[in-house]
Amino acid sequence: MSETAVLTVRDLRAHYVLSAFGINRSVSAVDGVSLRIGRNEIYGLAGESSSGKTTLIRTIAGAIRPPLRVLSGAIEFDFAGKRVAMQTATQSDLAAIRWRHLSYVMQGSMSVLNPVRRVRHSFVDFAYRHIGGDIREFLNAVRAHIGRVDLPPGVLDAYPHELSGGMRQRLAIALATICRPDFIIADEPTTALDVVVQKSVLGMIRSVQRELGSSMLFVTHDLAVHANLTDRLGIMYAGRLVEEAATAALFRQPLHPYTRHLVGSLPRIGATPPVTADLAGRPPSLADPPPGCRFHPRCPLAMPVCSEQAPDMRVVSDGHRVACFAVGVGA
Amino acid sequence: MSPLLEVANVSRTFRSGGLLGRREVRAVDGVSFSLDAGRPEIFTIIGESGSGKTTLSRMILAMVRPTAGTIRFKGNDVARIARRRDRLAFMQSVQPIFQNPFEAFNPLKRLDRYLFVTAERFAGARDRTAAETQADRALHQVGLSLAEVRRRYPHELSGGQLQRVAIARALISSPMLIVADEPVSMVDASLRMSIVTLFRTLRDSLGVSIIYITHDLATAYTISDRIIIMRQGCVVEAGDARRVLNAPQHPYSIQLKSAILSPDAAGDPDRLRLRNP
Amino acid sequence: MGRTIWDLLRTNRAFAAGLVLLGLVMAVALLSFVSPYPPNDAYVVPPDVPPCWAYPLGTNSRGQDVFWQLSVAIRNTLAFGITVAAISRCLALTIGMVAGYAGGLIDRVLMSVNDTFIVIPLFPILVLFYFVMRDRMSWALLALVMACLGWAYDARLIRSVALSLRAREFTETAIFSGMSMRQVLLREHLPFVLPIVFSTTMNNINWSIGMEVTLSVLGFTDINTPTIGVMLYWANQHTAMVAGIWWWIAAPVALVVITFLGLFLLAVSMNEFIDPRSRLNRVRG
Repeated sequence: MSETAVLTVRDLRAHYVLSAFGINRSVSAVDGVSLRIGRNEIYGLAGESSSGKTTLIRTIAGAIRPPLRVLSGAIEFDFAGKRVAMQTATQSDLAAIRWRHLSYVMQGSMSVLNPVRRVRHSFVDFAYRHIGGDIREFLNAVRAHIGRVDLPPGVLDAYPHELSGGMRQRLAIALATICRPDFIIADEPTTALDVVVQKSVLGMIRSVQRELGSSMLFVTHDLAVHANLTDRLGIMYAGRLVEEAATAALFRQPLHPYTRHLVGSLPRIGATPPVTADLAGRPPSLADPPPGCRFHPRCPLAMPVCSEQAPDMRVVSDGHRVACFAVGVGA
Repeated sequence: MSPLLEVANVSRTFRSGGLLGRREVRAVDGVSFSLDAGRPEIFTIIGESGSGKTTLSRMILAMVRPTAGTIRFKGNDVARIARRRDRLAFMQSVQPIFQNPFEAFNPLKRLDRYLFVTAERFAGARDRTAAETQADRALHQVGLSLAEVRRRYPHELSGGQLQRVAIARALISSPMLIVADEPVSMVDASLRMSIVTLFRTLRDSLGVSIIYITHDLATAYTISDRIIIMRQGCVVEAGDARRVLNAPQHPYSIQLKSAILSPDAAGDPDRLRLRNP
Repeated sequence: MGRTIWDLLRTNRAFAAGLVLLGLVMAVALLSFVSPYPPNDAYVVPPDVPPCWAYPLGTNSRGQDVFWQLSVAIRNTLAFGITVAAISRCLALTIGMVAGYAGGLIDRVLMSVNDTFIVIPLFPILVLFYFVMRDRMSWALLALVMACLGWAYDARLIRSVALSLRAREFTETAIFSGMSMRQVLLREHLPFVLPIVFSTTMNNINWSIGMEVTLSVLGFTDINTPTIGVMLYWANQHTAMVAGIWWWIAAPVALVVITFLGLFLLAVSMNEFIDPRSRLNRVRG
């Protein structure tokens, strides 16, 4: 990538240390993840339960609290020339970039909007200190911004519980974008929404992102959402990134056996059901992961080397990376 | 052909609020359909949250009483089941599968216990060995075995495996009807299709009718025989599954179908445009 | 079971401390079975002797060895406290769980009864009970009455847990597996309810011992059976504080405080262990 990335993650390792009654356990949730997200792109992160994607975004967002600990690796943001290394950032550094350059849209919108205060107070709490100026002008700006997500300005005077789930989620998007941040982290923002509402909210997210030119890290387990929204897509399994490519390329030609299984097992209307067999076993316990490639116990293409060494992410074609010994052999 | 299950103009209203300012919510409003006894089928109820599908399923399972209309199972009014003996006879023929596989079993207790108790109560198992044989047979029907499940706690299995154990437990009593409320929505996407196709196998090889409740049109398309679409308590469209899903008539059904995100849309710039009815 | 106790002992200081304290108290109580003097006999040793080698806790004005009196007293007090706790736990569990599970009319009736019992003022009732029973007063009867008065708060607590458990899906699975209400309550719900029961048991023991001491000090119980409170009653009758026989009062008070502390520490530390959430964390690990 010739232009500088907004987010660079280099070989990140993070684990949870759990200790109870004299038993210490270390859960390796993120194990050597490296990725780059450029300007004005939506990067999707897919993975099933216990894939480590939640830990990854927590670490990227700087929400690192015991028992979560970062072991090694670097997370660097580049907000139009302003560089922030999350490892060495102080609390005041983080406070300065939060919301102004880096914001989040989370799954439960109720947890973002203060349930006992009117909606406009949340905007004041989050964004006013970055924008400043006269409070009335600020609120006018907020009203105009709300219109961007197709909500009437009267919504600002309502309480969160008076609004529907879809409206609240649009508010969460408006809240996250009011300061025109360079980077937005979205964690399953549409999972709890009805199918019809989900599609319109996703369309909202896309148009807002295009308009602001922000970059976005969009995390969800739902591959269909990724297919319809993201520009590039990374697949996580057991704390590692196993494949990464432009979304269209990934769906057209998935290379990693796990990705192929995921893509192949998606139901489609109007088509005969896929004949992929269930993968045997289940995702490994991150407290005691298998040696070598973490997917090898369930992999139909497993070779002896897979249980000894962990494969690195190798570039297979333009923008397409895979971590698998069985791929790219002879290519 | 006598009906297996007859839902006749069933409604359920929930009242809230005190003496002043009562509020009524019509969760289910005038729903009717019936399932035939001699012809096992997969009957799908499609609805979003608030459509009343869960309340309807609870009424069919005799967990909640309808405020209007009747539900008859093999000719008997389900709401009038009071005595323990009648209730046991009902549960022998009608079994549930719940949405959250992790909540379906007591996290502090072993899984195999539920299978054994069901076998003893409903399958006539007289002792432990007989119960184990029944449990093993039921588990084999869902692609598991007793050896994998024996002495395990719920957290030791994945969501998909737990849901299979729940299905096995429901099969032990050789029921005629299984009511599955969103059985795969909390299961990882890659495991969903295999569980959903399992329902089809159950219908074909065991002759069990299944009421499959979901909001996911894609999985419904794969296995359903008939389908009804519910919205805010009312049925908006009903009929043969392929016909309804290939060419929906009602505006809400059309909207539902167009809202489905297809994985084949990757790379299509127009993909997020909603086709408005 | 043994392994869990060993784990707790190893890692939890509060548990170890509680166990030590209670062990001490139990040792003293058990020694009462080898007491050289019959408990109710008076003037078997020289009176008013301060603590010394021959009499480790001294003797009282009635000519009894304070140490051996104390051992019988703490045994009786503990037995009383445990009896009251046991009976009232059974009551609270039954009523709370049935009310929470059954709901509807049964729940309303049981809770009305429950609230009536909560409102009853305990102390005047117990005093009234003494005045009515007078000479026919017995410890068993008193334990029964206190148990009947001490279940109400905890029944409501248990009921709220039972209510939430009723709504959980595994209860429905159990019902559709053919389990009867009794089986569901005992096998599915009880493990969740037990932590509450355990901590309320400790509280209940503390409460009933405290009540017993209060009533006995005032003379509202059978003063011929030695208990901690009865010891203090006799000490007051003989104006021990004024006469300078401080060991007669200090010994029982100290021992009952140690008992309270030990029970409290045990309750606090075991609770963390039995609580289903932390159990799940340990089992998952």
